Formats: sequence, structure tokens, C-alpha cells
Amino acid sequence: MYGLIAAESAIFVIFVVAYLFYAGKSVAGPTPEVLHAPWVPSICLLSSSWTIHSAVAALRRGDVASFARRWLATIVLGVVFLGATAREWRHLIVDEGLTIRTNLLGTTYYSLVGLHAFHVTVGLVVLTAVWLFGAFGRVAPADAERVSLVSMYWHFVDVVWVVVFSVVYVIGR
Amino acid sequence: MSPTNIFAPASTSAHAIVQLSIFVVAIAVAVFAVVGGLLVYAVVKFRKRRQEDGREPAQIYGSTRIELAWTVIPILIVFVLFLASARVIFSVQAAPHPPSALEVTVIGHQYWWEYRYPGQNVVTANELHVPAGERTLLTLLSADTDHSFWVPRLAGKTDLIPNHPNTMWIEPSETGLYLGQCAQYCGTQHGKMLLRVYVQTRAEFDAWIRAQAAPARTDEVSEGRRIFEQTACINCHAVAGTPANGRFGPDLTHLMSRETIGAGIARNTPENLRRWILRPDDFKRGSLMPAMGLTDSQLDAITTYLTSLR
Amino acid sequence: MTTDPTAVTTTRMGGRPAALPARRPFVDTLHDWVTTVDHKRLGILYVGYGLLFLVFGGIEATVMRVQLVRPHNDFVAPQTFNQLFTMHGTTMIFFAAMPIVFGFANYLVPLMIGARDMAFPRLNAFSFWLTAFGGLFLYFSLVGGYGLYGMGTAPDVGWFAYAPLTAKTFSPGHATDYWTLSLLVSGFGSIGTAVNIVATIVCMRCPGMTLGKMPLLAWLNLVMACLVILAVSPLTAAQLMLLVDRYLGGHFFDTQAGGSAAIWMHFFWIFGHPEVYVLVLPAFAFVSEIIPVFSRKALFGYPAMVAATVAIGFIGMSVWAHHMFTIGMSAGANAFFVLSTMAIAVPTGIKIFNWLATMWGGTISFKAPMLFCTAFLFQFLVAGLTGVMLSSAPVDWQLGSSYFVVAHFHYVIVGGILFAVFAAFYYWFPKVTGRMYGESLAKVHFWLFAIGFHLTFDFMHVPGLLGMPRRIYTYEPGRGWDAWNLIVTIGVLFQAAGILAFVVNLVRSYLRGRPAGHDPWDAWTLEWSTSSPPPEYNFPTLPVVKSRRPLWDLKHPEDPDWTYE
Repeated sequence: MYGLIAAESAIFVIFVVAYLFYAGKSVAGPTPEVLHAPWVPSICLLSSSWTIHSAVAALRRGDVASFARRWLATIVLGVVFLGATAREWRHLIVDEGLTIRTNLLGTTYYSLVGLHAFHVTVGLVVLTAVWLFGAFGRVAPADAERVSLVSMYWHFVDVVWVVVFSVVYVIGR
Repeated sequence: MSPTNIFAPASTSAHAIVQLSIFVVAIAVAVFAVVGGLLVYAVVKFRKRRQEDGREPAQIYGSTRIELAWTVIPILIVFVLFLASARVIFSVQAAPHPPSALEVTVIGHQYWWEYRYPGQNVVTANELHVPAGERTLLTLLSADTDHSFWVPRLAGKTDLIPNHPNTMWIEPSETGLYLGQCAQYCGTQHGKMLLRVYVQTRAEFDAWIRAQAAPARTDEVSEGRRIFEQTACINCHAVAGTPANGRFGPDLTHLMSRETIGAGIARNTPENLRRWILRPDDFKRGSLMPAMGLTDSQLDAITTYLTSLR
Repeated sequence: MTTDPTAVTTTRMGGRPAALPARRPFVDTLHDWVTTVDHKRLGILYVGYGLLFLVFGGIEATVMRVQLVRPHNDFVAPQTFNQLFTMHGTTMIFFAAMPIVFGFANYLVPLMIGARDMAFPRLNAFSFWLTAFGGLFLYFSLVGGYGLYGMGTAPDVGWFAYAPLTAKTFSPGHATDYWTLSLLVSGFGSIGTAVNIVATIVCMRCPGMTLGKMPLLAWLNLVMACLVILAVSPLTAAQLMLLVDRYLGGHFFDTQAGGSAAIWMHFFWIFGHPEVYVLVLPAFAFVSEIIPVFSRKALFGYPAMVAATVAIGFIGMSVWAHHMFTIGMSAGANAFFVLSTMAIAVPTGIKIFNWLATMWGGTISFKAPMLFCTAFLFQFLVAGLTGVMLSSAPVDWQLGSSYFVVAHFHYVIVGGILFAVFAAFYYWFPKVTGRMYGESLAKVHFWLFAIGFHLTFDFMHVPGLLGMPRRIYTYEPGRGWDAWNLIVTIGVLFQAAGILAFVVNLVRSYLRGRPAGHDPWDAWTLEWSTSSPPPEYNFPTLPVVKSRRPLWDLKHPEDPDWTYE
């Protein structure tokens, strides 16, 4: 898992470098002014780190019912984040006319944020699968180690968002 | 004797590089002699002989003192090599240029070179002319893909990268023709993107500039000129003083002042010119010059017109 | 408590390997191999696959050398030549060299650290098949489009595919897509295998084997796998960007819209240079196991070897821009990359000296593996020295992108890595098949290949010094390059004959070689304690080790290693 995270980090580093390298170099089209920091979804995503952590802790204690509740809360928070990203993109594409083809900002913005959103999506699929296993009573406290691997991945996705957020909405503007 | 031998430098920076190269090669040869000698000695001395009794040799696991020695000595050698290299890097890249230096803009195109002398209002192609004993600053641009300007006897190579202007300089000491070619893979005909640099005395160079700066002869409107200007030729080629002002292909204003066509691949004779227009693929398969599908008489007329561009 | 690792297997000593099961229908055998998750079988699959592509790449090289045998030759079309060198480079690096080193790592690492399998056997199989499909996908480009005539739609952008040649403008059609997608797919496979190797080495060592008691091969593969994780990922990211450009109309490398060609070069070489160490560290690993056994001495300076390996790993990540001395970086940046590149010569030098010291005072028997290792030492020394020359930026301004560079890196990859791989083939062949290879045919292979190698790659330096750039499909007469190119092409014939001897030897020995027994070399590491070929579970009982040479301790109870370490 650490190996996977190291490899994933390297991929994100390259995309972040590209974003910063091209910041302000667009020849034409919208500028970073059109981007608005998504504070609420970000808080949702970051707090989901806490819910998943406490879910795993509950499972370790043997409290399967509260594990399932907190796990579901994590999924909901993740879906809220993804929905907000979708709304933001719709706004950018329809109202601001910024697409991946428009200019360098569009290319780098959509690929960096999209790469992260892709990881959130993958995470959500895995989270949902685990939750369904739980709903059918197939997750026992003995599985805490495996479940904690999923949680580690989710934490990683959150940490990446902190980086992406600061690069796109703070430094890049 | 190769006309592109890097060990026959004829320009300031090429000289500096050769001196450094010889120093680096000398150290490498010395290291090779010592280490290679030890290896040969070990192979000969310690090989298994028939009469050996099968007992294992003494087991030695390491020796801090020896290992320290063969760590420190390479560090010292590396440091010396680094200092020598850094000196040449800065002497070439940070060299101050005299204000009188000639400035030429080199633009790489897929499989040919465009040269622009902004101060002299001259545009030419494939054959660069510079004065001997003086410094010429080259600004390197690309119209399409990456290329690299490499004339081994004059200087090291520098790449031409689109959207990424580079500079280099040459200061040839002797007159003559210096050859080279594109050194960064740029597409199908990368192999035939040859470089020719003519180093002339100041007087010869001034005369050449004067001739190049003059517009083409436009006094008579020949049949060939009419065909040239009414077909797709002028989309890509320019002839100063006429409606032809394309920039995708070489400027033809003074075509006949050049010794070669097709970026140095063939002698500039009327026969070669005619064949080049008829079937560019005969010389350079995959070049961006299309076969125009002209009739024989049109070809003859255009060739006559082009050969009048002196 | 000590378990005698040989105790159970001695019953099979000297005899034939465990009798082959009775003939089974071919379909069943095929099914076994396709669905296997056994690290040894996957290792063999990797190596076999790599050998196949080595032959493909070799054929491409031969055609190119025929084209260059004389000036203005017209054996292949310009575009075909460009496709050939693109396919040759891509094939050799990604589909020959990488699978071969991964295959050996797969096979040997668990055996040498006393484990029963890799940490994630199914991930292992998945990674292999990803790599396999990547290669098949690349070669599908040969029959795609216009079919085999003129190489079909094979990519022609060079193996480092500099932007903007890969943009839709300059590379319409799907040739470049074959290149980028196949590397993307096989890149995921490489990362999976690398993660697996790291996890195996970190978690699955047998009792008593601390990190400091691992065979050096395991150390080198550990560093190699870490480099793969850190280096292949940037390549994956860059390929994703290229795909965004080509399919979604992005502008990462679109120079018309403000994109940068130079940033592709940076991204590519951040992968590309560590990749050299990914390939050469396993070669070091083979040599570090073989030289001690054939010199009958312990490896000299094990701690220094480990330290040098880790140092190469770290410095190797910070030297990439020495591929880019000619792109107009600032003098300061050039100087930095000169220094970091030259610095890597120090740990590499330490390794060469340590191998020499291992041979010093030994009783060296020159069986085929040792012959190849000796040639490796000699050639790698030369390759290192030409590398130091090229690391000096001003020298590189002249020699970069010339045939001197081509000669240099072939000296590394063929003279270094491939010779070490041949040594490994012969050294572990008895373990993998249970049969001995033919020694005299192996020597024929060695001499043919060594002569061919030196004819080709020694003389290839010269046209570089005389100003011949790489990747040109033909050249002008009168440049003083003709004779050298002729000699280079003649060398290829010897190399091809050597490879033929090698393949014949492998096949013949596999079918008719004499039984090898479990420890034909009187060696010292754990893989030689189990039968040849090893059973599916590797070790009947997990071994317990007390030193770096567990079998030495067993064979010399009067003077065991662990009293010194």
C-alpha cells in the first residue's frame, strides 16, 4: 500500500509541477480569476477522513453497527464533494466557457482536478463495496486490517486534495 | 580527413571544447589503464590451475582502509573534472559579446534552415554566410518540431525548440566551407537536413550581403514567372519584390547564388532543379515540397525563371 | 535453533530432478501457465517474453545496420528507418530488458530470501499480463493501418518521443497512440511488480535474515524496485498528459498554444535516466552473486556495496537533465547536472573495485558465467569512462546526439547489462531446469558475441567523433564515416551468430542436458539448498540463516561466516 501511495504521489507531483509551470502562461481565454475556492466541499472531504478513521476504530473495538454508520457517513461526504466538483465544472464550462481545449489553464486545471476526482470516484466505489459487504454482515472485527487499507487510501486522497486545493485555488491565482 | 571532425576545431568555442575533451580523455585513458591493468592481472594471476587441491582460498570480507582509498581518489578526480568543465561552460555560455557582432536568426523548418539577417534585411536558406575572425550571434528558433544546429568544427550543438528561443555564437578563425547537419530527430527527412556554413573574408561577406539585400530582377515578366505566381508555389516560397511571399519554404529571391538545393542534398544545377520540382521524392522522400504535376513545358518555363533569380 | 536447509533435499541430490509428470494434454499445460500465480513460473514467463522481444529488437537493429552499411543506401525507406529505431529502442528497453530483469527478480528474490512466494502472487500475475499485453499492443501497430507493408502504423517518433513531434499536427493517425498506450499499460505492470518486490523483500525474509544478511542480489533489486516506483510514475503521468493532448485537445505539449516542448523532455528524462539504473542494478546483482562463487571468495566489502547501491539510487534521481545539455539551460543548471552526473561515478567505481578485490587472491574458474562477468567488468569500465566524458557538458555539446552517445549507451546496455544477463542465464539455468547447459557451446556463444560486440560498438564511437548524428537514415559520402559504419555492420553478424548459439544451447540443454543436481556450483545462497528445479513451495521447511552465506556455514562448520559478520 505504501508502494502504491508512493507511485501515486509521484504521478500527482508531475501534474502539480505542470500546473505550476503553466500557471499564468495561457495565450488566450479565461484566467484563474474564474476559479472559486470550494470551501464547503473541501471541509466535507476532509471531515470524511475523520469519519472513516473512527469507523475503523469502531470496527477494531468490535462495534460493527457504528462502523457501518460512520462508513456510510464517509460515503455521503465523498458524494457531496464529487457533486460539488461536478457543479463547479458545469459552471466553468457553461458560464465561463473554460474547457480542457480552451487554453493551458483549462488543460492543466481539468486534468489535475479530474485526476483527483477520479481517485475520489475509485475510493467511493471501494467504500461502497465494503459498505455493502457490511450490510450483508460480511465485515467482522477480524477484517479491521484490510478495511484500514481502504481507509489509508482514503486519507491519501484527502491529503492530495489539500495539495491540489492550495496549488489551484491559493498559489495558482 | 573528415570535414566534420570535432578534433579539427576552427572557431573559439570549438577550440575550448577540444582542449577540455583532450584533458577528459587523458584522465579516462589513465583510469582505464590502471583499472583495466589490475583486472587483466587478476584474471591471469588468480585463475584456477589444474594442480590446485580444491581447498578454498582465504576468505577476506573487506578492508576499510583500502575501500576508503578507492572512494577518496575518485572523488578527487571527479572534482578536478568538474572544475575543468565548469570553466568551459561559463566561458562559452557567459561570454561577453562585442556590440559589433553580427546577428543572425536561424529558424529550423522540417528539413531545411531559414537564415534571417535582421540588421542587413537579408533572408536566405540552407547556406549560412558569416565573416571570418568576427563573432556571429545566432538566435535559434523553430517553426515546427525540435532541431539542433551542429557544425562540429565551429561549435557544439544547440537545439532549436519551438516556443523556446535559444542562442549560441560562433567565431571562426579561417575562411572556408564548414559542414554539419541537424542533430535532433525532427521527422521523416531528419537525415537529409544538412548544414553549410560559408566563412568569408569581411570584404567577400559584405559583397555577398549587398547582393542578397537587393530585390529580385522583376523587369521582365517571363512565362515561367507567370506560372510560378499563378500556381501554389507562392503559398510557400517568397521572391522579394514580387507577389510571392510564402514562408513555409525557402526564400528563392537569390536562389542561384546558392550552391545546393534541398538543404544541401544536391548541387544547384538546372537539371537538378527541374527534377526537384517534378518529383521531390527522387531526392528526399517525405519532404514537405509537393510534386506539382506540371507539364513538361511548364517545368521548363519555371526552371528558366528560377535560374534567372541570381 | 538451526534448521538444516539441505536435510530434506539431500535425498534428491545428484539424481535426476523430480521426474516430470506424465504427458498432459497441451491445453492443460497451457492453462496452467496462463493462470499461474507461482513466482517461478511467472519469472520464466517474464524472461521468455523478454527473450522473444530481444530477438524482435535485434532483427530491427540488423535491418538498420544493413541500411547504414554504405552512404546513400536505399534498403529501407526513410520513414521505415525512423519506425525501426523507434521500435528498436522502445522494444529493447520496455519489452526486452525490463521483463528480463523483472523475471530474474521474480524467480530469484523469494528463493534467495527463503520465502515461499512473492508477497502478492495474484498482483504478480496481473502485472506480468499487463506488461505482456503492452508489448503485443505495440507490435499490433505493425499489422494495423496499411498492414505489414512499410511497417504499417508503427510509431516513428523515437523512443523518447520529444514533443511536439508527438502532437496531432506532426503525427496524425494512431502511430503515436500505439506507443503511448502500450507504455502506459506496461508501466502499470512495472509499478505493480515493483511494489510486489519491495513488499516481498521487506516482509517475507526467512528467520534470521536481517537486512544486513540479505544476499546482495536482494538489496540491489530492492533499490531497483524503489526506483521503478519513483521513476515509472512520472512517465505514466506524462503519458496521461500526452493522451489528454491527443484525444481531448489539451495543450500540455502544444507549442502553438504556449505549451512547452522542454517540459516533456524533463518529464521523460526524470523517468529515463533512473530507468538506466533500473536495468543496471539487477545486472550488478547477477555479477555480485556470480563473481564470489567462481572466485571461491566472499564478496569484498558488502556494507560498502549496499551503501554504494543506495547512493546510486539517490543520485540517479537527480541527474536526468544531463540528457538535455543542448537545450539551452542556464550555465548554473548545466554545471549542477555535470556535478551530480560525475558524482555517480564514485559509487559505481566503488562497485568495480569491490568486484576486483573479490577476484583478487581467489581461485577463479572461467566457466561461461564467469567469462561473461569478466567481460562485463571490462566493458562496464569503458562504458563508465565514456559516460564521464559525456557528463562534461561542453564535451556533450559536441558528442550528445551523435553516434558516440549511441555507442556509449549500447556499451552500458549490451556490454554491461546484456553480458550480465547472459552470465545469469548460464549460472541459474541448472537451478531453473534441473539440467546443465552445454559448456563448450556457451563458450562459442561468448566468443562470437564478444567479438561481434567489440566490432560493432568499439568502432561506433568513431563516426560520432567525426560528427555523425544519430537517427539519420542515410548519410553523405566524403564525411569519413563509411569504413567505420561498414565494420559496425559486420559486427552485427557475429552478434547474431552468438545469439543463435545461445538459443540452440538453451533449447538443447533443456531437452538433453545432463542432470545438474541441486548445487552444481558449490554455491552459498539459499536457492541452491533446494532441489533443481525447486518445488512449487520452494522450501520443504523454511530455512533459518545466521549469515550472508548460509550454505558456506553448513559446508564449513569449522569456520562459519557468522563469526566474522
